[in-house]
Amino acid sequence: MEAGSLQIVINSIAILAFLGVVFGSGLAVASRKLKVESDPRIDEVEALLPGANCGGCGYPGCRGLAEAIVSGAAPVTACPVTKDYSSIAEVMGVEATSAAERMIAKVRCAGGKKEAQQRFIYLGVEDCSAAQNLGGGAKACAYGCLGLGNCAKVCPFEAITMSDNGLPIVDEEKCTGCGLCVKACPRHLITLWPVDKSVTVLCMNQDKGVEVRKVCKVGCIGCRICEKQCPTQAITVENNLARIDPQLCTECGICVTKCPMKTIKGEKKQEREVV
Amino acid sequence: MRLRTFKKGIHPPGNKERTASLPIEVLPLPQQVVLPLGQHLGAPSEPVVSVGAQVLTGQKIAEAKGMVSVPLHASISGRVVAIEPRPHACGQLTPAIVIENDGNERISSELVSNHNLDELSAEQIKDLIKQAGLVGMGGAAFPTHVKYSPPPGKQIEYVILNGAECEPYLTCDHRLMVERSSDLILGLLAFMKAAKAQKGFIGVEVNKPDAIANLKQAAAGLPIEVLPLQVKYPQGEEKMLIYAATGRVVPVGALPIETGVVVNNVATAAALGEYLRTGLPLVSRIITVTGQGIPNPKNVEVRLGTLIEDVINYCGGFKEPPGRIILGGPMTGPAQYRLDIPVMKGTSGILVQTRAEVEKPDHAPCIRCGRCVDVCPYNLLPNYLGDYAEHDKLGEAEKYGILDCRECGSCTYICPSRRPLIQLIKNAKSKIMASRKKG
Repeated sequence: MEAGSLQIVINSIAILAFLGVVFGSGLAVASRKLKVESDPRIDEVEALLPGANCGGCGYPGCRGLAEAIVSGAAPVTACPVTKDYSSIAEVMGVEATSAAERMIAKVRCAGGKKEAQQRFIYLGVEDCSAAQNLGGGAKACAYGCLGLGNCAKVCPFEAITMSDNGLPIVDEEKCTGCGLCVKACPRHLITLWPVDKSVTVLCMNQDKGVEVRKVCKVGCIGCRICEKQCPTQAITVENNLARIDPQLCTECGICVTKCPMKTIKGEKKQEREVV
Repeated sequence: MRLRTFKKGIHPPGNKERTASLPIEVLPLPQQVVLPLGQHLGAPSEPVVSVGAQVLTGQKIAEAKGMVSVPLHASISGRVVAIEPRPHACGQLTPAIVIENDGNERISSELVSNHNLDELSAEQIKDLIKQAGLVGMGGAAFPTHVKYSPPPGKQIEYVILNGAECEPYLTCDHRLMVERSSDLILGLLAFMKAAKAQKGFIGVEVNKPDAIANLKQAAAGLPIEVLPLQVKYPQGEEKMLIYAATGRVVPVGALPIETGVVVNNVATAAALGEYLRTGLPLVSRIITVTGQGIPNPKNVEVRLGTLIEDVINYCGGFKEPPGRIILGGPMTGPAQYRLDIPVMKGTSGILVQTRAEVEKPDHAPCIRCGRCVDVCPYNLLPNYLGDYAEHDKLGEAEKYGILDCRECGSCTYICPSRRPLIQLIKNAKSKIMASRKKG
């Protein structure tokens, strides 16, 4: 190799090394002087959150909620998914308040393909809201499940599957009660329900009983038998539709056996305990 | 000479042969008419009669409510038997006035006939347009008088009548232009006077040579030009027609008035002409009843509120169990699942397809061929719009101009993957509009 070309190599290395030292020390100074203090608890809280970024808490992802918890904007129990509130409370140095009751999604329609009438054959997009916009959907009942699975598509935990009968089935184990399906249902059929209360009215139809009978075999006809029979006054019939207050319900099961349309479903508490 | 037209668009089969040469028949008066209060875009009208009242043909039975609304008139004489929710073409029950025919066909004596156009001022004509209950009779049913009330500072230069009838199957406007050209021209002159416009155009696709010849003869010596247009869908769409007639482009998101043009359907003009001549407001319209499922297709003049069951029975009933019943043309008309819905002001036809014609579409994924982009007359990207709509990315869809889509259906027609683009786009649009309303 010629001496001249070797000199070029040495010069280049020297210049690069010099530049490296200059910028390196500049960055070192900058990182000390301009450092942004971030609370280490944010990382700790985030590690305790599920990390699914479902948005069920209303904050932008788990990191967003962690920041809100640390800044005090959200309570330590704000995450609807996790059950480990005491660890988060520990990080935050507060007393673990009694965790909210665990809620799961309940689809309040029992009228699938077998039970409910269809008005026409729907050939359009497999999307409940698109079907709803097309003359109100194929189902004759204006309140019932359209069965095209928007809730199943939106569930980040794969807790909802569509049955062969065209109704969503919620897996109680997988459901975290994040509430995304509640927002996704164009017919507002899904409600969050305490996991340990299983007796529910599986209907949202507010038409008169005669009209309901025309379109569905298992719709609530507003006959008030359940309201009269309930020993704890947990059931009220309003607008031709029975509603159960889960706080008052003792799951005695009388309404389940008395309901003439078999609209109210759920197991008795005792039977479940035996199982 | 090259025929005038617009850019892009599609060429679906016309299927107009069965009814194009059939003269208009008048349907015998039905036993009962159901007149929905919301037959037009905008606020539904308010009833001014009560149950049990005797009404005469042409009598006003509901008053316009607000600016964007029109009055409604009894289409037969008889007794009001109910004002209650009845099936509507939108798929829901909506409030309607039901009149039972007394068989006497007594016409309201309050109607003023033989208006002299020379003696009427522009304001008076505008008022008459509203009093006649006129709406766009091509299908959209937008109240006509609103179009002639331009915002201050805007001048209307041209009135264009849409006689393109680009929807396949339909021939009602064709027959109207052949048989009722004098009413049509009278209506157009009235529109021009109301708008203080210098010139009128009538755009007609060249597959209707008899209509073009007839109109040219009727318009001779008047400041009206009959424009033969290329046969292409959607030639009759407002913006396409303006471009074809004047070369002006309506800006994105703007109304045609921005270009100094008002567009009306030929049927609307003929209805105004008839009103000025006879005093009878909008109580009937011409519709085409056709399709493979109909044994005797016809162009019939029916009273508004006649149930489509009565009209179909008049045309020989169903040949076989129907596969799909469409109100209007096949490109934009909504499918119906019941026969007790009434013919309304915006109903241009009843199309019955057989079961063999209706197949379950196999919706495949987009193959990025770009044909929808080639045909979209609004220069949108339906492939992206469909994708964004399908995956609920409403913000992106809005950025890509989803709200400028007029739902002509060209993209869905051309798509080799048979993607239901228009349904996806419509759904996303309604979601965007709902979220805007919420705030």
